[in-house]
Order: sequence, then structure tokens, then C-alpha cells
Amino acid sequence: MNLFQSIMEQLLNGLRTGSIYALIALGYSMVYGIAKMINFAHGDVIMVGAYALFMGMTALSLPLPVAIIFTIVVCAVLGIAIEKVAYKPLRNASSLAVLITAIGMSFLLQSLALIIFSATPIPFKSIISMKGIKIAGVDIPGITIITLVVTTAIMVALTLFINKTKAGSAMRAVSEDRGAAALMGINVNRTISMTFAIGSALAAVAGILYICQYQSITPTLGALPGIKAFVAAVLGGIGSIPGAMVGGILLGIVESMSKAYISTELADAIVFGVLVVILLVKPSGLLGKLKAEKV
Amino acid sequence: MAMLSVKDLQVYYGMIQAIKGLSFEVNEGEVVALIGANGAGKTTILHTVTGLIPSKEGKIEFQGKDITKAPGHKIVTYGMAHVPEGRRVFANLSVYENLKLGAYTRNDKKEIEDTLKMIYQRFPRLEERKNQMAGTLSGGEQQMLAMGRALMSQPKIILMDEPSMGLSPIFVEEIFKIIQDVAASGTTVLLVEQNAKKALSIANRAYVLETGKIVLEGDANVLMNDESVKKAYLGE
Ligand SMILES: Nc1ncnc2c1ncn2[C@@H]1O[C@H](COP(=O)(O)OP(=O)(O)OP(=O)(O)O)[C@@H](O)[C@H]1O
Ligand SMILES: [Mg+2]
Repeated sequence: MNLFQSIMEQLLNGLRTGSIYALIALGYSMVYGIAKMINFAHGDVIMVGAYALFMGMTALSLPLPVAIIFTIVVCAVLGIAIEKVAYKPLRNASSLAVLITAIGMSFLLQSLALIIFSATPIPFKSIISMKGIKIAGVDIPGITIITLVVTTAIMVALTLFINKTKAGSAMRAVSEDRGAAALMGINVNRTISMTFAIGSALAAVAGILYICQYQSITPTLGALPGIKAFVAAVLGGIGSIPGAMVGGILLGIVESMSKAYISTELADAIVFGVLVVILLVKPSGLLGKLKAEKV
Repeated sequence: MAMLSVKDLQVYYGMIQAIKGLSFEVNEGEVVALIGANGAGKTTILHTVTGLIPSKEGKIEFQGKDITKAPGHKIVTYGMAHVPEGRRVFANLSVYENLKLGAYTRNDKKEIEDTLKMIYQRFPRLEERKNQMAGTLSGGEQQMLAMGRALMSQPKIILMDEPSMGLSPIFVEEIFKIIQDVAASGTTVLLVEQNAKKALSIANRAYVLETGKIVLEGDANVLMNDESVKKAYLGE
């Protein structure tokens, strides 16, 4: 294998992981935009999605497409429930109280999974059976193709939804000014619920793609992609939709290149190093707007 | 019967009482001005009427319907629009998107287009800048956008909170002319202003507010010649 092929393959690996990070990062960013909080339980929604898919396919013996829809619905409902139960009562509380609640929610979900499923990893056979292809000597695995197609389609659809539909502009209005949005007749609570539902549905899809890659399910499986995607969201500019996409993909590529050509052990350090450098140069993240906080 | 009636309203911010039991009415077709110094409670009253903050005591009725406890997003569906203090346009949305959000609760696609055309006629500057982000407009243009956005809901009554604040004299003239136009076309107006002189000059009736209480009310032209009003609010 020559250097070109090797670099291309690492690039594709990075794109694949990165686009999964991007899906998760979108959830962080959308929720931050509308609720002005970091939903630290977001990574654990991925984990719940993984178990939901597993249960859907085994215990409920649903056909695959139905099991996927089941997974997405479970996560969307979970997202709405988390917001209603944990965050909504704290709308006017200090951001520290909200942060602690979010961390608590993350532990709660992990503990529940531990009680129900135990810590023993559940092996999971990838649901993607597509054969890979070879272009110019570069192997492109089926899972990479599917991941890229699915994530691209979702990001395009989401961008259109946010920018072109009435519900999308209502979402942007609520992010900017809840009071003024209410005066327009926009139901702010419902819009926030919808945002959590969409973010969690994206996490469900990310979770499915993620376990197809790692082929094992544990109660803490969401923690690592969760934190990486959070970094990606900050990198891209938290609150920015295109920022989350760019941040996720960039992070995936940096990580994969570092692992391949520098050192596996140092890869995470390099990723965080990139974050620090970018934030030093542009504190609002790559595509973020630095807004003067309203007083 | 009054179109909008507020009775014995009391509003608190935490422990602090901002509105200390006041009543007022707006009749259909009127322009009513609410004047008072900084911190008198004018904005608080409008926010309470349109459901953005809750009242502690009192009753708010609109066209005979009790709206005291109605949530903010329902108010516009009853035919009440609010041009908030500081304009509060959606800065990162285009002028066009802002206007479309004004018609958020309407479903009559074709009529919405007609209203939009009317708004563009009334505010030609907005049409010229329809694809521009609202945050890039000048203060006066943002005020026009905030008014246009409120009018997009085809309100029966429009509540305006200091529409002339921070504007150059030319824009102030223009804004007041537009308010008169809006009133002449049949929309009832409740106008909050610190520019008491201008407000009284276009209003039918007025209420004078001091630290959460109404201290004076009456016909605008009577108040305009009232000695205490002259001294305190008209700078004469
Ligand atoms: N969010 C708030 N929290 C606490 N107190 C508030 C809040 N908003 C207003 N107040 C207080 O309530 C009183 C009335 O304020 P309000 O904004 O209604 O006055 P206003 O008449 O609109 O003044 P201005 O002409 O300056 O706009 C003031 O004493 C103000 O300090
Ligand atoms: Mg005010």
C-alpha cells in the first residue's frame, strides 16, 4: 500500500468517525442555542439508543427498519422527558445549578443502564452488511459509505428544516429572544421540546452508526463520543449548526490522522491541543458568533 | 364596553412591587397614551397584559374575555400585538423572516402575502432591505420592522412601548405619523411614551403613571394643558 492510499484511508476513517461526532455535536449545539445550556446527558442518549436498538432487535424481534425507527423514537421521547423533568424547572436557575443537574442526569441514565443491563458488554453485530468498494486502490468499507450517506442526508435535511421551514424559523426566533418569540404566537415550551427531540433523534442515529463500528454495548458507551462531540461543538462554535458539522468532521480527521501517523496514545491530547489553539485564536469557535451578552 | 380593561393590577418582581393596584381602559378605535418617568412601570404593564410576566392580583379583559392567565403565545391569536421596548427584532433573521414570523399564527397563505404587500407599502425601506439581517438595520429601520412585524398579525389592538426611543427627530416624526396612520386604518392603539408631548398630541386619552400607580387620567388635550403635567412631563 502506498502513502496516498494510506492517507486516503485514514482520511475516510476520520470522515466516518467525524461525521458521527458531527451528528452528536449538532444536538449539543442546537440545545445550547435554544436553552443556553450544555446538556451533559446528551452522550448518554447515544447509549440508550444503542440498548434500544439491541432490545428492539432481540427482545421485541422487530424487523431492522422498524427497530431503527423504534430507537429514534425512544431517544426523541427520552430527550423531551429529560428536558421536562430536569431542565425546565430550572429555566430561571443559575447556570451552575443547570450544569450540575445535567451531570446528574448523565449519571442517572448510566446507572439505570447498569442496573438493567449490567456492566458486561453486549456484543453487537453490525447491521450494515454492505460490501466495500475499491477506488484507485483505496478501500472504502461499506460502513463508511453508509455512515457518510446517512449523515450527509441528515445534515442537509436539518439545514433545510432550520432555514426554510416555519418551525425552523420559530426555533431560531426562540434561540434569539424567547419573549419576542412568544409575542409572535410561538409556543416557546413546545419549541424547546422539539429541539431536544430532534437533537436526541440525531444522537440515536449516531448511536446506531457508532455501535456498528465498535460492535459492543456498555452503559458508559456514550461518554467518549459524547465528550468528543462536545469538544467538536465548541470547536465549531457552540450554538452554530454548520459549526457543529465542521467541528465534528475536523475533529474526526485530526483524531484519525494523529492515531495513524503520530501516536495512538497522543491522539486525544492532540485533539484537545487543536481545540485550545483554535479557541485561543478565535474564542467563539470556528463558525461561532461572539455575541455581546445582554445585560 | 371597553376593548381592553385592566382592573386593580398588581405586579411583583420577586419581593418588589412594581405595579401597585391600577386600572385603566382602552376603547375600540382609541389612541390611549400611557406616560410616566423612567421606572414608573409602563413596560411592566404591557408585559403583564401580553402574558410575558404574571400578575399577582387583578384582572385583564380583552373584548370581554378574561386573559389574565393566558400564556404569552396565545395573546396574539386574540388580536393583540405588542411592539416591545427596545424593538427586539430577531437580529439574525432576515427582514422578510421577521415579518413572516409576525404572521406566525395565521394560516391564510394568500392573505398573508397581501398583508406583507401592505406593510411594504407602508414601509418601503423594509422592502428594499427584505433580505438583509434585521440586526444590520439602523435603529429607526428596526423600529419600523418591529411595527411591521406586529402589524403582520392584523391586530385589533397594538401595544407600543416607546417607539420613538433613541431615534433622530426625523425618524420620530415618521414613526408618529405611522402610528396615526395605523390608528386611522382602524387599529386601536395603546402607546407608552416618554416623549409625552408627542404622545399627547396624537392620543385621544392618556394616563399618567408614577411608581406603579396612576396619578392622573383624562382627555389628552386636557392633560396637555394641565399645570402639573406641563411641569413634570412637558418640560414647560
Ligand atoms: N426584571 C426585573 N426585575 C426586577 N425589577 C424590575 C424588572 N424589570 C423592571 N423592574 C423594576 O420595576 C419598575 C418598573 O419598571 P418598568 O421597566 O416597567 O418601567 P418603565 O416605566 O417602563 O421605565 P422606562 O421608561 O425606563 O422604560 C422599576 O423600578 C424597575 O426597576
Ligand atoms: Mg419601559
